[in-house]
Amino acid sequence: MPETATPIDKRPMVLLTPAFIAIMALVVIPMSFILVYSFYENVDLAVDRVAFQFGNWEQLFSDNYYHSAIWKTLKISVVVTVLAAVLGYLPAYFIAMTTFRHKWLLLLLLILPFWVSFIIRTLSWIHILGNQGALNGLFQWLGLADAPVRMMFNEFSVMVGLIHVFLPYMILNIYVSLEGIDRNLEPAARTLGATPWQAFREVTLPLSLPGLAAGSLLVFVLTGGSYVTPLILGGPSDFLFGNLIYDSVVTELNWPMGATLSFTLLVLLGSVVILYSRFMGLNQLSKAFG
Amino acid sequence: MTRKMDSTKRYEKLREAVGNGDVDRRTFFGLLGSAGITAGLSGGIMTAMAGQARAAGAELHFEGWGGVVSEALRKHAFDPYEEATGNEVVDATFGGENEVLTKIKAAGSTSGHNILHSSGVSWYKRWVDNGYHVVLNEDNIPNLEHVMTAMIEAFRAITPDGLSAVPYNYGTTGIAYNTKHISEEKAKELGADLLLDKELKGKIGGWGGDWANRAWYGALQSGQDPNNIEDWDAVWDKAREHRDLVLKYWSSGAELMDLLAKEEIWVTEAWSGRVAALQAQGHPIGYMDPPNGLAWMESMFVLEGSPIEEAEELLNFMLDPETSIAVAAGQKYPSALDPTKIDMPEEVQNLPAFDPTGKLEALVFRNPETWNPHEKKQGAMWNRVKKGG
Repeated sequence: MPETATPIDKRPMVLLTPAFIAIMALVVIPMSFILVYSFYENVDLAVDRVAFQFGNWEQLFSDNYYHSAIWKTLKISVVVTVLAAVLGYLPAYFIAMTTFRHKWLLLLLLILPFWVSFIIRTLSWIHILGNQGALNGLFQWLGLADAPVRMMFNEFSVMVGLIHVFLPYMILNIYVSLEGIDRNLEPAARTLGATPWQAFREVTLPLSLPGLAAGSLLVFVLTGGSYVTPLILGGPSDFLFGNLIYDSVVTELNWPMGATLSFTLLVLLGSVVILYSRFMGLNQLSKAFG
Repeated sequence: MTRKMDSTKRYEKLREAVGNGDVDRRTFFGLLGSAGITAGLSGGIMTAMAGQARAAGAELHFEGWGGVVSEALRKHAFDPYEEATGNEVVDATFGGENEVLTKIKAAGSTSGHNILHSSGVSWYKRWVDNGYHVVLNEDNIPNLEHVMTAMIEAFRAITPDGLSAVPYNYGTTGIAYNTKHISEEKAKELGADLLLDKELKGKIGGWGGDWANRAWYGALQSGQDPNNIEDWDAVWDKAREHRDLVLKYWSSGAELMDLLAKEEIWVTEAWSGRVAALQAQGHPIGYMDPPNGLAWMESMFVLEGSPIEEAEELLNFMLDPETSIAVAAGQKYPSALDPTKIDMPEEVQNLPAFDPTGKLEALVFRNPETWNPHEKKQGAMWNRVKKGG
């Protein structure tokens, strides 16, 4: 009996092609240009010479200025991620577990801030934390402070701004994870003698970890790439690595150095994504978006 | 009227209005919420409609400094020009010309950029050096004859074959201080060192966007001639001293006004016209130019690839004495028109930095010959110092 050749299913290839082209055109090719540009030489402001030299990379590896910026960026990203995870879990849990009939309304409230410009949302903190802001007004009205308490233009306000902007990403991820958990598991644990806290800690929390991890990855990467928030809410020494890129490209008009720093940031944040993928699997991200 | 105004710009305008007391806090937050929702819902529709509306007549893209300056230009120059010619001026705001240069370089074309409210002779030279200049037909700009010779010559020295810009206004970067907390006597006694007063720590501001501005003040504070700096280390030591006292480096005129008006800061170097605007609004802000304080002149620079004749027509319109004086009064910066040729109203004569001689000899401008060679190295240095380096 002659063997019949199994026809190759071309559908996956066809379906993947548009995404592949988009990633090539919008990510791989532009990043390749940036890598090539990092070897050029900046002769004067806005004047670059085509070259293949390692001056920019040497400067990056030998200059402590850049190393301290990387360290500061990683530190702030970790703190913002941890705080966002802690602050985001409660509302996510509430939305997932509530028996409120119009749950969609709660989710709508969650994404409502996205309707307002990111810059405006960031600037709004000046009216809340500033010397003449709402909080200082409240403190003085309650007699808790005679003079305005300084809460703006420091690392604290930068972190508040970053958490404010990125918190919805964390909540949505955790919510999706919690929503997928079988509602009977916690009551089952209770019938076996677990306290409510034990049931949460040993059943719900472990099962929601993929969402928590996916949210943490997004918040970490987005924070690590930020530069506008520290620019608006930070004081002189509150900056992230992205601010050095802005300085190189826009104020110093030194594109080769800006390209070097951009590629470095890509590698750093890309490494975090690879680590995440190694331990958690990137498919958790797709779950988070339904 | 065509005005490209994004949400941020709208927000800044609103904040200025609140600062002036024109809008109460409750209304402000109401408007803020409405603005967000409106922008979300109507952005796409409005963009499409604006595109159709621009279909007729020539279109000139203007970029300037925003705030009261743009307000004045829109009201006194662009609106009447559009009415008189049928052409349209699309005006937008930049944080600095480096932003525009970055965009043009990234796009590989000047498309969408025609006229810039360009700052200083240094930037005029940079645009020319990068090949983005044009040669204006001065016969098409007869009002140029009213402009101070001293200003025209500064630009003509760079492009002897023809101007690519017309001088438009000038001003100073002096020191603004809150008179409720700092006396005029103290300000005058300390001069540039007022910005280093340790008693004012946390109440001092500074312009973060321009290395040369910081270096100019560092030179004054370290006892050097700003146009002949010999010890750059001493300059940056003073900048570090200043940095450790600073609450916030501001990056736009609107932010400067907001910080001063809200008393987040009590003292900062500041642009004379912005301070005059705050004073006109009734804020208790004093202003002084310390000895050897920094003066600057601005021009309307036409970029290569622009519709030249329409641009020349607009420039001539803007230099018309009636328009130029109205803009000067509105933006609070003296006009480039020669006051010995054109009668200036008292309102303009009383503006900070106004020079009745028309020769500008009393003001100290940045000498591009001594400043430009240091820009690459010292500009990068400032970015480090600003961040704690």
